[in-house]
Amino acid sequence: MLLTIFYILSAITLATAFLTILSKNPIHSAIYLVLCFFSIAGHYLMFNAQFLAIVHIIVYSGAIMILMLFTIMLMNLNKEDEKNKSMLSRIAAVVSFCLVAFVLLATFIKAQPTITEYAVSGKDYQSIKVLGQVLLNEYMLPFEFASVLLLVSMIGAVLLSKKQHINN
Amino acid sequence: MDQAIIIEKGIFIVVIFAITMLFAMYETLAERKIAAWLQDRIGPNRAGKGGILQPLADGLKLFSKEEFMPNTPNKFLFIVGPAISMSTALITSAVIPWGDKLHIFGRDVILQATDIDVAMLYVFGVLSVGVYGIMIGGWASNNKFSLMSAMRASSQMISYEVAMGLSLIALVMMTGTLSLRDMALQQHGMNWNIFYQPVGFLIFLVCSFAETNRTPFDLAECEAELIGGYHTEYSSMRMGFYLFAEYASMFISSTILAVLYFGAYNYPGMDWVAENAGANVSNIIGIFVLFAKICAFIFFYMWIRWTIPRFRYDQLMRLGWQMLIPLAIANIIITGIVILLSDGKL
Repeated sequence: MLLTIFYILSAITLATAFLTILSKNPIHSAIYLVLCFFSIAGHYLMFNAQFLAIVHIIVYSGAIMILMLFTIMLMNLNKEDEKNKSMLSRIAAVVSFCLVAFVLLATFIKAQPTITEYAVSGKDYQSIKVLGQVLLNEYMLPFEFASVLLLVSMIGAVLLSKKQHINN
Repeated sequence: MDQAIIIEKGIFIVVIFAITMLFAMYETLAERKIAAWLQDRIGPNRAGKGGILQPLADGLKLFSKEEFMPNTPNKFLFIVGPAISMSTALITSAVIPWGDKLHIFGRDVILQATDIDVAMLYVFGVLSVGVYGIMIGGWASNNKFSLMSAMRASSQMISYEVAMGLSLIALVMMTGTLSLRDMALQQHGMNWNIFYQPVGFLIFLVCSFAETNRTPFDLAECEAELIGGYHTEYSSMRMGFYLFAEYASMFISSTILAVLYFGAYNYPGMDWVAENAGANVSNIIGIFVLFAKICAFIFFYMWIRWTIPRFRYDQLMRLGWQMLIPLAIANIIITGIVILLSDGKL
């Protein structure tokens, strides 16, 4: 039963991810990406990670993709507007993707002993109470760093839009 | 045992679905009746006694109208738009505790479709996904006025979601849970959250008006500037779905207001009734009390609609970003300090 659901979800995830890249219309791409995010949330739910699934939907589908759709709709992108990317930017994109993949892989491999440690301790790490305690006790510093990073990027975005305003 | 639970939940979900639809139907009549009452008119009174069959007549009319399809390259998205709106308006009811448990046929039946750990976040997630219905429908209409209205509606919803989330954080800090059932249980015996979080309630209330696109924030619909709104190109039952979704989400947000801040199914003297007439009777009265609270909130929504003039768009944005969000953050800080003080840690 679970395996069937997993296969169906994986098929949806992969199909929508490919369609995101392949479809000509940017709005269709964005909508496929939203579907992809939903199926990933489904994967989280199969791990019984309710918090992660819901937060994933709120943040990615509910906030980021909506803003993305907003910009695409307002810019009214068409096929004709699509510029041919230069070779350099293509290579840069591939390299940066490989770097991200490398970092993720390294994280997963390094996290393996910690995961077994958590599994042995027998606590329910899906519940928000335990999750919150872990985040704010063991990972206090990275957590705060992440929030500062978000704050900085937020202020940066406001500053950029203000600058344009003054120049006009 | 497993099958029994599935059957029980299945019946429960169907009943809740029917009740939501019934409420949405009769809200349309109630809206017109209340408008008439506030404006010293009679209101609809032709179909049935006192207009009681008016919603059925309206539904029949919508169903029998011609389904017009505009000249759009995105026919599929055009159809999907109202469907998303309607389904997101309906699925929120899954996590709402409609009553405490009933003891029927020797088993405890909890009057809630599912009691997940993160119910509050679930409500919030569904809310944020609901924006897609309006956005996709408005865009797929291939009409610039529809698109403009969809932009207005969705940017308003996104802006007010922020303040709404912040006002809920203070509530979560106080109750220490994200489960709506736990929150309902905590409010037993007049411990209603409204007495502890009045500012949070006010922010949440204003935001729910904006989220449901109701007056004074119904800028998405404007005959003078936008022809009709994001549903300009829609006709027949698709249009009906958009209108219906608004009423359904009004019912759901009234329910959430009642559950979060007004004690859910709790009422004064609940323990006394449970002692003298049995737990089942007191819990059944609780269900009716919850629905009475919901009706009161729905009336409040309509009362506001026919009393307060609408905001201008810049006023709406200023209210959301420059007044409600700082107020919500101040509310969080004060709540945190009070919690620390009452724990004796400060």
